[in-house]
Amino acid sequence: MTTERKIRVLIAKPGLDGHDRGAKVVARALRDAGMEVIYTGIRQTPQMIAEAALQEDVDVVGLSILSGAHMELFPRIVDELKKRGVDDVLLFAGGIIPEEDTPMLKRLGFKAVFRPGSSTNDIIEYVRSHVGAPA
Amino acid sequence: MTAASNDIEGYIERVLRGERRPLSRVITWVQENLPEGREAVRALFRHTGHAHTVGITGSAGSGKSTLTGTLAREERRRQRGVGIVAVDPSSPFTGGAILGDRIRMQDLTGDEGIFVRSMATRQSLGGLTAMAADVISVMDASGKDIVLVETVGAGQDEVDIARTAQTTCLVLTPGAGDDIQTMKAGIMEIADILVVNKADLAGADILMSQLKALLSYSEHGDWIIPIVRVVSTRGEGIPELADAIDHHREYLERSGKLAQRRLERSRHQIVEAVRAEVMRRYLSGEGGTQLDELARRVAERDLDPHSAAIELIEGATRAG
Ligand SMILES: Nc1nc2c(ncn2[C@@H]2O[C@H](COP(=O)(O)OP(=O)(O)OP(=O)(O)O)[C@@H](O)[C@H]2O)c(=O)[nH]1
Ligand SMILES: [Mg+2]
Repeated sequence: MTTERKIRVLIAKPGLDGHDRGAKVVARALRDAGMEVIYTGIRQTPQMIAEAALQEDVDVVGLSILSGAHMELFPRIVDELKKRGVDDVLLFAGGIIPEEDTPMLKRLGFKAVFRPGSSTNDIIEYVRSHVGAPA
Repeated sequence: MTAASNDIEGYIERVLRGERRPLSRVITWVQENLPEGREAVRALFRHTGHAHTVGITGSAGSGKSTLTGTLAREERRRQRGVGIVAVDPSSPFTGGAILGDRIRMQDLTGDEGIFVRSMATRQSLGGLTAMAADVISVMDASGKDIVLVETVGAGQDEVDIARTAQTTCLVLTPGAGDDIQTMKAGIMEIADILVVNKADLAGADILMSQLKALLSYSEHGDWIIPIVRVVSTRGEGIPELADAIDHHREYLERSGKLAQRRLERSRHQIVEAVRAEVMRRYLSGEGGTQLDELARRVAERDLDPHSAAIELIEGATRAG
């Protein structure tokens, strides 16, 4: 019977690749860590992701991408979020993302990038320690 | 997440204007059982009563989300603002949840007239029904004309939520004959409309006739429960379902049942609010610590549960 705030996370899969095993693994791990995970499935457009983040008032948005389209999609997602006044969510990215893209993603607001081989514990730790902390 | 009180007023005004970001935030306050949420509901409540509330309930995988999504679009075609509350169970072990109903409501996102909020059942201090009722009130105050509430028709909580709706749709699917037997006693009584979803699958006709037979035996006053055949994935039968919901609303108004249901619901809401308030006062914070202490004494048979309850309440009253 605690009054501790629940962490709400949107896990979304932008882009056209139809493969969401990784995203589901992350969603389940976060659930098992006691979080509420809104899972929206594959092939999400930037608008869909931003709308879901707005309506669900999530603390965290995690994007999973394998298609290599992150440099094109992520700025648009951040844009759509801003357009809707969703400016206080924690962003992270996961999937196949070349090391050299990290600086650009950091500038966009993705404080962490989890590549294949990262453990779900790292993600849980990251979310727990950053939610509610000043951006 | 939290807000100063002048801030709350600003949020309330913007919710009343139908702005979505503040609407979303106020719902969070309610879900989190924060004082801000109670203050907002207090202020918004007199602006509610406009929206028609519709419960969509049925067993897991019966197509409730798909149906809710297509129904929402039909309501939009009828120029109505739509709120959706989709409830999924929390894990009793970790308290976490995966809320996946949006997966089946994809093509709603382009439309600002639809607002979808997912909710986990949680082991909430205030009680799920009270919380859901407040979330619905906030949507109502924001100007929604209809609020659809999706719940899995399994636990008591879910049935209670459905009961707070003005119109309850029970979603059944072909091959669910056994369900009907077990449901007969409980949830069947609260259904105002029966929906046979997945009518594209074999067995739909059998289910239709089973339901018809069942209804012919049951006592249901002067409202004749319609059975609507739909294929949610293709939108078939959805306009008929929207019509049935409209008819039920008209029936409620005409017969005076709407006022009666409102009264029942209000009574229920007060009881829930009392429960929540009592829990908050006596079992959270310091009360929680005392609860642990008393639990130990009861476990050791040093004290009985009833005396423990009185000790807890009287102790808190003296302290406060
Ligand atoms: N054949 C057929 N399949 C359908 C129909 N409606 C929904 N489904 C499918 O049924 C499955 C479950 O649909 P959902 O809408 O997620 O069902 P739900 O009742 O919301 O599920 P939970 O929220 O998990 O309890 C999906 O694969 C849908 O595509 C229908 O009319 N016909
Ligand atoms: Mg569902």
